[in-house]
Amino acid sequence: MISFKIDGQWVEGREDGNILESALDAGIEIPHLCYHESVKPYGACRLCLVEVLTKGRSRLTTACTYPVLKGIEVLTQTEKVLRARRMVVELLLAMCPGDVKIQEMALEMGVKEVRFKKEEKDCILCGLCARVCEEVVGANAIQFAFRGDRREMVPPFQGEAMNCIACGACVAICPVDVIGMKEEGDERTILRWKRTLKMKQCKVCGNYFAPWFQLEKFKEKAKLPNDFFDICYTCRS
Amino acid sequence: MRIQSKEDLEKLRNKGLKNLFPMKIKISVGMATCGLSTGAGKVYEAINKEVEKGKLPIIVNQTGCIGFCQKEPLVDIFEQRKPRIFYQGVTPERASELIYQWLDHKIVRDLLFFKMESEDWVVEGKKWDYNIECLPNGIDGTPYYHQVPFYNKQLKIALRNCGYINPDHIEEYIARGGYFSLFKALFEMKPEEIIEEIKQSGLRGRGGAGFPTGNKWESCRKSKGSKKFVLCNADEGDPGAYMDRSILEGDPHSVIEGMIIGAYAIGAQEGFIYVRDEYPLAIQKLKIAIQQAQEYGLLGENILGSGFSFNINLFRGGGAFVCGESTALMASIEGKAGEPRAKHIHTTESGLMDKPSNLNNVETWNNVPVILSRGSDWYSKIGTERSKGTKVFSVVGKVNNTGLVEVPMGITLREIVYDIGGGIPGGKKFKAVQTGGPSGGCIPESLLDLPVDFDRLTEVGSMMGSGGMIVMDESTCMVDVAKYFMNFLKDESCGKCTTCREGTKRMHEILTEISEGRGKPEHIQLLEELGWVTAEASLCALGGTAPNPVLSTIRYFRQEYEEHILNKRCPAKVCRPLLRYRILPEVCTMCGRCAKVCPEKAISGKTKTKKERGIPFKIDEQKCIKCGMCFDTCKFEAIEVD
Repeated sequence: MISFKIDGQWVEGREDGNILESALDAGIEIPHLCYHESVKPYGACRLCLVEVLTKGRSRLTTACTYPVLKGIEVLTQTEKVLRARRMVVELLLAMCPGDVKIQEMALEMGVKEVRFKKEEKDCILCGLCARVCEEVVGANAIQFAFRGDRREMVPPFQGEAMNCIACGACVAICPVDVIGMKEEGDERTILRWKRTLKMKQCKVCGNYFAPWFQLEKFKEKAKLPNDFFDICYTCRS
Repeated sequence: MRIQSKEDLEKLRNKGLKNLFPMKIKISVGMATCGLSTGAGKVYEAINKEVEKGKLPIIVNQTGCIGFCQKEPLVDIFEQRKPRIFYQGVTPERASELIYQWLDHKIVRDLLFFKMESEDWVVEGKKWDYNIECLPNGIDGTPYYHQVPFYNKQLKIALRNCGYINPDHIEEYIARGGYFSLFKALFEMKPEEIIEEIKQSGLRGRGGAGFPTGNKWESCRKSKGSKKFVLCNADEGDPGAYMDRSILEGDPHSVIEGMIIGAYAIGAQEGFIYVRDEYPLAIQKLKIAIQQAQEYGLLGENILGSGFSFNINLFRGGGAFVCGESTALMASIEGKAGEPRAKHIHTTESGLMDKPSNLNNVETWNNVPVILSRGSDWYSKIGTERSKGTKVFSVVGKVNNTGLVEVPMGITLREIVYDIGGGIPGGKKFKAVQTGGPSGGCIPESLLDLPVDFDRLTEVGSMMGSGGMIVMDESTCMVDVAKYFMNFLKDESCGKCTTCREGTKRMHEILTEISEGRGKPEHIQLLEELGWVTAEASLCALGGTAPNPVLSTIRYFRQEYEEHILNKRCPAKVCRPLLRYRILPEVCTMCGRCAKVCPEKAISGKTKTKKERGIPFKIDEQKCIKCGMCFDTCKFEAIEVD
């Protein structure tokens, strides 16, 4: 563990950890959207900006991508930090005015008005869905397409995400809750990726509990016996 | 044949010398992209045809670009004991005239550009004399190369071979001192000594950031790991900049030699040249050069018998501007999307495939063999206190002489624009010079005496960048310029960081509002704030420098912004929606042509005929869409634009 200072308070950080993780562990709140402990830091939303002082030099950087290092001092509430953070939130709000989470953040930071033309997007392009899909689930069903201001998170070729196992990890991790999942009868649909899969029925309780495709993938990956998923998780335990 | 000793290299040099200075007449056509785009290919064909038809004892040859791209196609004639003659603006129709006049000891005066009686061999610091014994008729009064104002203040180190050698012939590169530095590096120097030499020379990265090259090499050498990479950044994406392209097309071996030396010093076994796919000719020349170097044992296993092995792979970039950023470039080679990542751990420690990697720009690698050959003492005498050597700029825009210019660091912008560039065409006034590519800044006239070096350009809100230099005159609108570059950057940002993606987009949006007459007084401050956040809070250098065009134009041309916003006028008369067209009734001849071309039927009046007196024409401002058709059509200057 490495000790360093955040806002004058000594905190402990893992050797290969980052500032944001250490701050959150120590109960120091730094606003963030694209960071999640289960995936690698990415540094896209730019909300977790902090000032880091090293060798007498100060720089604005994102806490999630900055490694824990000896001798650094982190400031999370300076005028510079707050000013930049407010602008980031304003930019996000102008892009996705309907996102409740962004609205709340803006309110908290005192951003009252948006000085830019409002758009009607809902995705903030944090990339968490794609990263959890790749790093945790291993399905690689979705990815960013295009660059610059045309950037979008889409299923391949904007069709149905054929690799999607409809596990719902992306739905759960999305910080602005815009992916959406629907279950109707024996079908589960991940709305944003246009993916609908048939569900399997439990031989005991008769409930539809998980998509066939997903269970087949799990069986294949974990080399499970063929009848392993005949019974649902609830009935098994 | 594999080169095993210095004697082998000398043998190849002799072969190269025979190529460079043959006993027959040699006609060379500058066939880099700049030449080809003005028809050098057809000129080459025409000369070839003429030579074949007459079964003439003439060698027809191709070279790279000698710098003065505006005068292309450039053709030079070499014959033993005569001055070398350069013709400019040659067309295929005049090919036979050029040849037969020369055979007749005469010169085509109207195409004549300059002459040479010797040439400089920078690598070894020698002068190769042509030993002139006879002069063709009509050559009197022709300026020497160095007397041409465009070349007068130039010092060619990086472009040393461009235009002199045939890039497809490794022997010609060797003849002018090529690969001798590699020999010296491998057999007479330790890796640490090479790094020390580069450090002492003061060479800084020519790709834009100006990081000291020797220090980068040193930290890569010291990084742990047995597998290391050296990379060459040839993803030159700045609009209007083509220094690297010219070097690769005209002198590919200089880059390869630099990379081998670097790899030996750093301890790398593999190299990549990341070259953009929009440079097909550069790719072709590189492929040939790499193959030749491999055949001669300059690349591959056990180079020159030294025990050191190194190979170079070509990687073609897919056309993303952001892939010129080091980490995005490495991601791209790895097969991932070209997105930069945080660099708190340097790429010299963990770069390509998480291995220590040393990335340098084309021009940086190209300088290395010269430094090793001439020594750091010699090199560090050129330039300023903290910026050593020379820098190649591509001078384009509203300037009389456009082309590639290599100047010692510390030369003033004024010297580049006026002495080398020949000033502004059409008697117009200079307004600004934009350096550093799309994310550079616009420097006003008051700062023209600024010496060009890395730090001074950054101080005034611009940057050295890779060496683009766009000259603007009074007919350029600075709001429009900022808007143009923001449009480029919002498209070319990778889109990862909110600040860069949304920041450049919003700056472009506001600039569009201003240029279309919807600007508000608070917009200037909002632009400054957006610029600050985009620069401070984005991850990579693209975002970090993206606001420069906006911030520098506001800094030096605030009045012009205010004129757009407060008075809804564009002083340079560029922003169409702000223009007002008016027909001067006292000048109008009532010909009616303007009314005929107006697509909106916004012009009314009555045409004057023999029978009728006519009524002067008038533009209905409500209907006018400011297309300018009437203005372009009127032959009597009766239409005024405000």
